[in-house]
Amino acid sequence: MKTSELIAALAADPVPESVHLRRRFAAAVAVGLVGALALYLLFVGPRPDIAEAARTVRFNLKFVVALTLALPSLLLLFRLARPDAKPGALALWLFTPLILLALAVVVELVVVPSSEWLPRLIGHNMRYCTTMIPMMAAPILAALIVAMGAGAPQHPGWTGALAGAASAGLAAFLYASHCTDDSPLFVATWYPIATLVCVGVGALAGRRFLAW
Amino acid sequence: MHALPVDGPADDPWSKMMKAAMAGDEGVYRRLLEDIGRSVRAMARAAFARARVGDADIEDAVQETLLAIHLKRHTWDANQKLGPWVNAIARHKIIDAMRRRGARRADPIEDFQDFLAAPQEEDPHDLSDAKRLIDALPPRQRDIVQSISLDGQSIAATATRLSMTEVAVRVALHRALKSLGVAWRRSVE
Repeated sequence: MKTSELIAALAADPVPESVHLRRRFAAAVAVGLVGALALYLLFVGPRPDIAEAARTVRFNLKFVVALTLALPSLLLLFRLARPDAKPGALALWLFTPLILLALAVVVELVVVPSSEWLPRLIGHNMRYCTTMIPMMAAPILAALIVAMGAGAPQHPGWTGALAGAASAGLAAFLYASHCTDDSPLFVATWYPIATLVCVGVGALAGRRFLAW
Repeated sequence: MHALPVDGPADDPWSKMMKAAMAGDEGVYRRLLEDIGRSVRAMARAAFARARVGDADIEDAVQETLLAIHLKRHTWDANQKLGPWVNAIARHKIIDAMRRRGARRADPIEDFQDFLAAPQEEDPHDLSDAKRLIDALPPRQRDIVQSISLDGQSIAATATRLSMTEVAVRVALHRALKSLGVAWRRSVE
């Protein structure tokens, strides 16, 4: 087949489907969050002493860390839908949650006696944390992958991994209100493990569904 | 947070042509794709030569790039120039094509602007990927693609010959092109 013949077929189909990447992406975040929230309300729910907990720094830090992961991941992910995208300085913001967690761990190690370190790290909920965060992240990740399917990311695997990180950040934000383990030692251990699960699944999904 | 477009507003010829095309101007779109095809061909030729893979399949890479450009043109930001976007897609597809042909590691591929002065004519070959993949489409879609591409028929003439409405032909053509994109990718994996 000659290229000019292919071009004839392409030119006969000149008006693209109306694909609005921004709208699709926003809808995916909304749909994913609704799914995650439904799972949260069905299976997880807020901890009973949430009002008291909300007055502590340790509890609130969990939400800040989750948001500093979710927001830059989402913004960067949306940018990467275009094939000519460059991550730019936005990618550096992904280090924020890591830096925050590292600082919080240092402070915790200073203010808490060493006999308390291991119990706080192990906490009460680690298995629940590492299963519920990926579970609540699943609908968000699925919706993000579907929306990104309309895009043309240069690196499907990495883009999927980033979608996994974004979904983990949002899921962790919800989960944090349930979890009674507030010590940065716990958060810096088990939340990242849950996040890595999502990142891994996202990378596989990206390679499978975002190649073009 | 968003980087300002360093290249200024998208008022270069290609960007204007793409805007007209997306507004429905078939003739402009055809010329644009022919232009882009020439540039991508030069780019692919240089990349294949540098990676020392044979140049037998350059035209397949060109065609796959053009199809990807067509299917993904909604990912072009109309406030940016079309050139860098085309470059990104072409680089992606040429690297794929070279890997498929055993190039170990893709050397960096030069942007095609460097080759614009030396347009290359295509060498037609009948055993192309596109031909093979079109043959594998569902019969109705295959008929429509063949009628419009190989036989050079218009949408209207194709509709009359197949006793379909023009809208139905357009829809079927669009679906066929999408499946062609999917089939091409599968053939890579």
